[in-house]
Amino acid sequence: MTSSLLSVRGLKVVVGGRHILHGVDLDVAPVGVTALLGRNGAGKTTTVRGILGLVPRTGSVIYDGLETNGLTTHRIVQRGIGYVPEDRGIFASLTVAENLRLAERDPDPAYDLVHELFPELRQRARQAAGTLSGGQQQMVAIGRTLLNRSNRLVIADEPTKGLAPRVVTEVAVALERAAQAVPILLVEQNLALVRRLADHCAVLADGRTAHAGPAAELLADADKSRTLLGVGRRADTAPAPVAPAAPATGGDH
Amino acid sequence: MSTVVLLSVTGLGLGALYFLVASGLSLIFGLMDVLNFAHGALLSIGAYATWWAASHSFGYPLALLFGTAVGTLASVALELGLIRPLYRRPREQVLATVGVGLAVPALLSAIWGADARTFPVPASLGGTFTLLGATVPVDRLVLIGAALVVLLALKAFLGRTRHGLVVRAGVEDRAMVTALGIDVRRAFTLVFAIGGAAAALAGGLAGLYFGSVDPTQGSSLLIFGFVVVVMGGLGSVSGAAVACVVVGLVQQFANYYSTAGLGDLSVVVLLAALLLVRPSGLTGRLA
Repeated sequence: MTSSLLSVRGLKVVVGGRHILHGVDLDVAPVGVTALLGRNGAGKTTTVRGILGLVPRTGSVIYDGLETNGLTTHRIVQRGIGYVPEDRGIFASLTVAENLRLAERDPDPAYDLVHELFPELRQRARQAAGTLSGGQQQMVAIGRTLLNRSNRLVIADEPTKGLAPRVVTEVAVALERAAQAVPILLVEQNLALVRRLADHCAVLADGRTAHAGPAAELLADADKSRTLLGVGRRADTAPAPVAPAAPATGGDH
Repeated sequence: MSTVVLLSVTGLGLGALYFLVASGLSLIFGLMDVLNFAHGALLSIGAYATWWAASHSFGYPLALLFGTAVGTLASVALELGLIRPLYRRPREQVLATVGVGLAVPALLSAIWGADARTFPVPASLGGTFTLLGATVPVDRLVLIGAALVVLLALKAFLGRTRHGLVVRAGVEDRAMVTALGIDVRRAFTLVFAIGGAAAALAGGLAGLYFGSVDPTQGSSLLIFGFVVVVMGGLGSVSGAAVACVVVGLVQQFANYYSTAGLGDLSVVVLLAALLLVRPSGLTGRLA
């Protein structure tokens, strides 16, 4: 991989006295999609939250050439990061339009792109976001990251989790489109989607980086995939991009 | 009939005072998870500042403005100097606000004495008017009008401005607001300023309502402020508005039609009954 946009070294996180991350190393390429993989409980979501400063952490997180240790979350995000959290992070009592407006940082937000990818959001602009379906809420969450053209990295934490296959396809198209303009760190269990989108990947196991390299190479290696990801069959034979190849169970840390 | 009208208007006036205390309290807790026991002290600061200015020939409107400004500054200083350094230490935060809540009345007592000071009520607001056969003090209308203006201003702020949007979102999920690149601490200071302004305004108007100011007035009103906040639903200004009307009216009617002092007990019973039926308050926010 060429010089990284995001470089994480020895990331450690302790939550409530429990060690969640023991030293995660991760590089996100300045172009394309980098996937962060691992079984449930491996520490993927905590890694993302650590990168964003949402949990206290030690180690080094260099984003765009700047060490972010000591910066508050909003300062890190203001340097050009869009974030789609695992639980979507929708403000339920706010309308769709208000949810989007809250994410505006650019003087000229890219509503044209958001509405082109998710026309439903225009139609439902005045609807309370809490009354949307899971898929529609995910559209809002992704739409918020696409609004700012100044974003230089999008971090999407399991954006297809719990979604219907049709919506997964829509999300995949949106991410594919976004990836043309901005690098993405994609936390995902849907290996078909990873295979379709990701160039590179890192695999976490028990709060450590267990593997890093080209995504296609890992997914083509059935034994390695089985060992690292717990996938029972060859991932490259899975139909793209719908049903999750790995069992989609409860939330990560 | 005239008694019912008088009790209603007086109850609404008292409810208006409760609303001015509770609206800021509710926003502060909803956004910041801070139980601000110093809120009553802000009311007392506003009350004494208004009283001091009115006693020095400022004229009541200007005195009220002065008192509100002093209370707002005190609130901002409290947030920046004491609450902000303790954001990640909620227990110490509670202790600090309790400390301020005790220290300010003591300080006021030390400076102006523990006895109540007569509030210089202007002649234009000291009179009465007739409504449906009842002779109603004018100041009740001033209180109700002020609370309505504050309610409408808060609704406009929360519903139509970006800062208001940040506050509403922050009440739901503070961490996610920061993850959108927004400095939620600015919203904290703003909400403290708004809450302090409303409390100080309540202090200035309380002088009008009770005809005097004393160092413990803020603490007494704070208790009912908390009752209104819990009844209305934490973080809900509209809920606080509805709850303060109910509390004010119940208190007045219970005091008049039963033994004096039973009004306070009635309010507590009402709160307990409501929480049994709707644990999350009138508006459904978790209490």
